[in-house]
Amino acid sequence: MPASAQPGQEDPASNGSDPTLPAEAGPVLAFRNVSIAFEGPPVLEDISFSVAPGETRVLLGPAGVGKSVLLKMANGLLRPDEGSILLFGEEIATMPEEQLFPLRTRAGMVFQEGALFDSLTVRDNVAYQLIQERIPDEEIDRRVRDALRFVELEDTFGLYPASLSGGMRRRVAIARALIRQPELLLYDSPTGGLDPVTSTTIIELIVKERDVYRTPSLLVTHRLQDAFTLCTHRFDSGQGHMVPLPKGETDPGTTFLMLEEGRLIFDGSLHDLVTSQNAFVREFLQ
Amino acid sequence: MLTRFPSQFTLRAPAISQPAAHRSMKVTAVRCAILSLQPSLLARFVLRRAVQPSSFEAENTMAFDTIDKTAKKLVLTVQDYSLFALRAFTNLYRPPIYWPEFLVQSDIIGFGSLSIVVLSGISTGGVLALQSAATLSAFGATAVTGQFVSLTMIRELGPVLTGVMVSGRNASSMASELGSMVVTEQIDAMRALGVDPSRKLVTPRIFASVAMLFFLTIVADACGIAGGGLVTVFMNHQNGTQYFSMAWEHLRYPDIVQGLVKPLFFGYILGSIGCFYGLRTTGGTQGVGRSTIQAVVTASVLIIFVDFLITQLLLTLLPPL
Repeated sequence: MPASAQPGQEDPASNGSDPTLPAEAGPVLAFRNVSIAFEGPPVLEDISFSVAPGETRVLLGPAGVGKSVLLKMANGLLRPDEGSILLFGEEIATMPEEQLFPLRTRAGMVFQEGALFDSLTVRDNVAYQLIQERIPDEEIDRRVRDALRFVELEDTFGLYPASLSGGMRRRVAIARALIRQPELLLYDSPTGGLDPVTSTTIIELIVKERDVYRTPSLLVTHRLQDAFTLCTHRFDSGQGHMVPLPKGETDPGTTFLMLEEGRLIFDGSLHDLVTSQNAFVREFLQ
Repeated sequence: MLTRFPSQFTLRAPAISQPAAHRSMKVTAVRCAILSLQPSLLARFVLRRAVQPSSFEAENTMAFDTIDKTAKKLVLTVQDYSLFALRAFTNLYRPPIYWPEFLVQSDIIGFGSLSIVVLSGISTGGVLALQSAATLSAFGATAVTGQFVSLTMIRELGPVLTGVMVSGRNASSMASELGSMVVTEQIDAMRALGVDPSRKLVTPRIFASVAMLFFLTIVADACGIAGGGLVTVFMNHQNGTQYFSMAWEHLRYPDIVQGLVKPLFFGYILGSIGCFYGLRTTGGTQGVGRSTIQAVVTASVLIIFVDFLITQLLLTLLPPL
């Protein structure tokens, strides 16, 4: 049992994904006994888990439990007080900021509100990394159009973020995260504050990304419905949209983590989640 | 390096001792006398205060705690600012250097501030001419008005006034712009995309401030002398040729050096303070407003204080004849 699991809680190893034992190619991301505090009690305490290649991990928990903090530690935007974080096999908990920049370009991140640069057009936002790398304009335009086509927002090429709706901004943020074909995707509450229809559109994009590119990802959400949709649907390339999996089937690469008061209390599959006897998990599911 | 507030450094509330209780009784008695309480009430009150911890002591302890925390916060802020300003400077020696950003910021700071610098320069020069002529006429020395205005503008008022005016316009703009980027997670997004905000946002703004303040100060000096000339000729009805010849002839290289060294420091101060407070913004839109105020106040006060230090240093290095 990993250090984060407490007596009476779920055993994260029960689904066969022991964070201390890397998968065949090694985990893309691994947290080992990570803790962090901000002038007060710990926000996260003794967190251990990993994201294997091709795996989608959904981090659940109520608001204010430290989900976004955990996500920001995953690419070194925040430093843990204790423990180690391995990103693409490299220890980033103590890595100097200068060395972190090239590593971060290999991971795409979608922020809670999109975090688009409001002084730049959609084209320049999506192409931000490519512009820094001084790639020729023709190639940038082509790749930006491809990325925007993926999120079905080709028409917004020359617009500014201020003229986009909340859902469109999230989709542009997803296009920005995808443009360099990252090796890991981090989603910070991508459907937070959106209406159910727009939320489903965003989740469909995430399912599409998962099933088309198989990019490993860590997704933070407090919406159970989104998490279940991710696990019970697949993207049908022929039909061009998301379809439900046959009854009783779930996506084997999509698993769940749950936080309660800064501690990881659950790590397992959808089946493990719905059959969990943990009081907090049961309360959360209801 | 101080990075935390270790608990052992925090002043603790001292346990109330016998002399302290005695002193507290005295204070309470004085307070009661002032309030003209009845003797029996006074006795009961004093007795109760003698056996209970005094609120006066608690207030003192809280005051010490507050001073303690404020002092540590101040030291940490100075430390953070020093490291921040140093990093912004050393960024110049390591690629990538964002020249397009530097040009954009130079346009915003330099050309954008030109009108306020011209207007304030002309007005200040004019006021100097008016005031000095009134005083100098008492000694029959109105002829030296030009010398007085040019030396005051070039050595002191040109750099300081331009620094304060430009910091009011641009330090506030930098703090609010970067602060808004912080609260909307755009700075985090930039870092997540592999771009260093210190190189991309801070260094170009600081060096654009330094370069533009240098030229704006020259403009302010010229406008100030011209404004003084206009007032001398059209309001004081004195000879314009005499004004400008006195302004020119008594000008020495040390005066010009003093006037042109200062804006280099002031530009660095206003740029770095604006960016520093902008990037430290917390607390949403209210925090952006707070950062903006802090940036303008700190930059203005620092410019005036550093002006004193530089003047003292330059007067030592380049003594007046």
